[in-house]
Amino acid sequence: MGNINKLHDMLVGKQLSSRELAQMYIGAIQSENGRLNAFSHTTPETALAAADAADKRIASGGDIPLLCGIPMALKANISTCGIVTDCCSKMLDGYRPIFDATVWQKLTAEGAVLLGKTNMDEFAMGSSTENSCHGTTSNPFDFNKVAGGSSGGSAAAVSANLAVYSLGSDTGGSVRQPASFCGVFGLKPTYGAVSRYGLIAYASSLEQIGVIAGDSEDCAVVFDAISGRDPRDSRSVDVFAAPSRRLDSAKGVKIGIPREFYDSLCPDVAKALSNAAAVYRSLGAQLVQVSLPTLKYALPVYYILACAEASSNLGRYDGIRFGYRAQGGENAHEIARRTRTEGFGAEVRRRILLGTFVLSSGYYDEYYKKANLLRKSITADFENCLKQCDILLAPTAPTAAFRRGIAVSDPVKTYQSDICTVSANIAGLPAAAVPCGFDADGMPIGMQLIGRAFCEHTLLDAAHIFETATERIYIKNSRLGVQL
Amino acid sequence: MYEMIAGLETHVELNTKTKIFCSCTTGFGGEPNTHCCPVCVGLPGTLPVLNEQAVNYAIKAGLALNCRINPLSKMDRKNYFYPDLPKAYQITQHEKPLCEDGYVRLKSGKTVRIKRIHIEEDAGKLIHENGNTFVDYNRGGVPLIEIVTEPDFRSADEIREYIGKLQLIIRYTGISDVRMQEGSLRCDVNISVRPQGAQTLGTRTEIKNMNSLSFISKALRYEFDRQTALLESGGEVVQETRRFNEKTGKTESMRSKEDAHDYRYFPEPDLVDILVDEQRVEAIRAALPEMPDAREKRYLSEYGIPEPDCANICKYRRISEYFDEVCKYIKTPKTAANLITSHIFKRFPTEADKERFDISVSPEMLAELIELAESGGINSSVVKKTLEKMLDTGRRACELVDESDMSGIGEEELNAVCRRAVEANPKAIADFRGGKQAALMPLVGFVMKETRGRADAARARAVIEKMAGG
Repeated sequence: MGNINKLHDMLVGKQLSSRELAQMYIGAIQSENGRLNAFSHTTPETALAAADAADKRIASGGDIPLLCGIPMALKANISTCGIVTDCCSKMLDGYRPIFDATVWQKLTAEGAVLLGKTNMDEFAMGSSTENSCHGTTSNPFDFNKVAGGSSGGSAAAVSANLAVYSLGSDTGGSVRQPASFCGVFGLKPTYGAVSRYGLIAYASSLEQIGVIAGDSEDCAVVFDAISGRDPRDSRSVDVFAAPSRRLDSAKGVKIGIPREFYDSLCPDVAKALSNAAAVYRSLGAQLVQVSLPTLKYALPVYYILACAEASSNLGRYDGIRFGYRAQGGENAHEIARRTRTEGFGAEVRRRILLGTFVLSSGYYDEYYKKANLLRKSITADFENCLKQCDILLAPTAPTAAFRRGIAVSDPVKTYQSDICTVSANIAGLPAAAVPCGFDADGMPIGMQLIGRAFCEHTLLDAAHIFETATERIYIKNSRLGVQL
Repeated sequence: MYEMIAGLETHVELNTKTKIFCSCTTGFGGEPNTHCCPVCVGLPGTLPVLNEQAVNYAIKAGLALNCRINPLSKMDRKNYFYPDLPKAYQITQHEKPLCEDGYVRLKSGKTVRIKRIHIEEDAGKLIHENGNTFVDYNRGGVPLIEIVTEPDFRSADEIREYIGKLQLIIRYTGISDVRMQEGSLRCDVNISVRPQGAQTLGTRTEIKNMNSLSFISKALRYEFDRQTALLESGGEVVQETRRFNEKTGKTESMRSKEDAHDYRYFPEPDLVDILVDEQRVEAIRAALPEMPDAREKRYLSEYGIPEPDCANICKYRRISEYFDEVCKYIKTPKTAANLITSHIFKRFPTEADKERFDISVSPEMLAELIELAESGGINSSVVKKTLEKMLDTGRRACELVDESDMSGIGEEELNAVCRRAVEANPKAIADFRGGKQAALMPLVGFVMKETRGRADAARARAVIEKMAGG
């Protein structure tokens, strides 16, 4: 049984009040966040007020939503009315939105208890949460290692038991890779399954709000609560119109092994993955070797498209209407220039410049247009594979969490660490990071399950089957935080 | 000799209730920044949702201007920094516009080809005051269509005629007020010159943001002379964007090609493709009113209305519809056209008055008056007087005529009065019989006096002639 169901029963059974639960988490954050830096902004008063409201709701009886009174966290790029949402950028220093993101509206309606906003790479650009104006998030398993990114704070918070679950955003792996590095469960939904309204945009055609939780069961509860068509997001889809195939067991399930994902994995990751495949085989699944010939283009395609969209999405930060404004500046252009130079960090500036370049006349055809064509080929390759099998099994990252400082010193090498995750964003497919092992240093390793569009529950069931079969030995949260 | 080659890009504000990507009002005026929401001021995290009514309106324009409506079109982002553009990009259509390949026919029979019509969002407004600059985003996100012609114009007069025609057609569709003064219609003109008879196009300049017909004429004249003089003196026209200075009457350079914006267009990832099926197009087509050209033709051929009257009536959709309504009840549309253009028009002195056409006399009432006149009940001077009274009071013709005893006189009475006139003037009768046509005039005058103007002079004369002749 997942933590959410367990806590729900305790809350509804009055063994524990939501206020007591919130206080436990607030206390844990107070003692642990100093060294972890998972939260960039905490909201204890908001949390206690929400907890009291939840307690009242529970006391009045009736149907209590599963998430009512459960403490959780949101990535710092998900808009919360009146609560700082700064994308961990100096540019949005102290910025308080005047509206709620759709996902937060839905969770509020369920009675969620917000503990705070979690640390991230500035504007979600990065793979290590080292590009944050609030400093780096540490990996709860080893403080000298990174939590991954860009949703590093969200993953570390759940891993260190400083939140029951959290939401992150995944543009090229930003939910799955940190989940994998921190030994927790991460889901990037199908593009359009979850409303993006209120998610501060980095790369609009690639990103989705995703769930980080202790296990597949908790993740399923949260996914069901936040997904669905939203009239404010034109590209959102009614996920309930065609429910995904559910799995009772692995018997007869066709699991594709796309060989291109397995190039240049570090030995511990390769071992963990072949072990996971063996588990599924032993449960009666059929393993199928498949190929995605265009996968080698995924990384450049991703960085061209993401940077192009970012260069446009981030144009609005000019110091005129909200956020940071630089001193001086004689006219509007000068104010904008100074503000952008001072307000954006190095990685954000780099991606804006790259994106501006690939969209420039004379280069558009060579870069942006070509990348878009390749996007179609990559998508077609995935479709083809997913005709032959039900899900794909792949690594989430070539290695376990790396040491702090490496990503900053070699950006291109860091981009390469996204090799396993970006393709699901390019193809818009659902993908989950599932804890499946530990390396020699005891750092968690995650496998990745990729499914057909809008078949999140097939993935979640497959993960659940794995968790049960392996007696949840890989779901080993760090000894920090609230011990349930 | 040089000839002018010009093309036009016209921006028309659509009068949908709400903005193109959010539910804020499009109302003109209002305190600055009160018609705004997180979406139209581009706050982080907001997303656009396309107003389907704006698409329908653009399709209306496309059909009225003889365009093909593309079953699939897309929105794109046009990126540039300017404080009136809060997202730093305008959502517009670049690669796949909604409408393509239409035309407008000028009086001469010449067609001006329309290359494309696309939908996009308007920007806000900068207000300069006491050395400060303020931004008002009320206009930001108001839906626009941009109507782009081929370079088919050869004179400023053609452009003026085209704009007039465009305004007329758009007004008929009801999708915009197309008022240049209020900015709901704005033009950019592309102009180049070439020696008469040359086949290749010269280098063009673009004159931005023209908001009056007389400025367009002045700017074109100035720019034509400037470019011609440049070429004559062996110089070259530089491709650039220029603006018209209303004070000096000259165009001046805004930015050259080298400084031209690189808009970095790319498909808008926050919106889905615009799919328009045939059913939707046909439903919109069916709901379109008959266009002014077709109406004019019909009035001319079916009703035999003089051409200037046709044009005058068709210039205003409401008046033309009023006229059509009147014609349903009567047999003599000509009389109706005449009454409308020579009498009723005077009551609506301004263009705006004529467009609104708030008239107290219903079409049935006007038809009744015309019927009265046609059946000989009243004469033409009484018709005019009655019409004026109807317009003043909104009352029916028969009531007014009865009240003031303005109704004509019957056959019997007329015969009796005429007989008296003939009997009292034997000399005049003799003169008439002797061939003096004018001799009967005093007799007609007698009849009119006796009947206090109620008799019809022409009919009285005919009766007297008959009596005199017999």
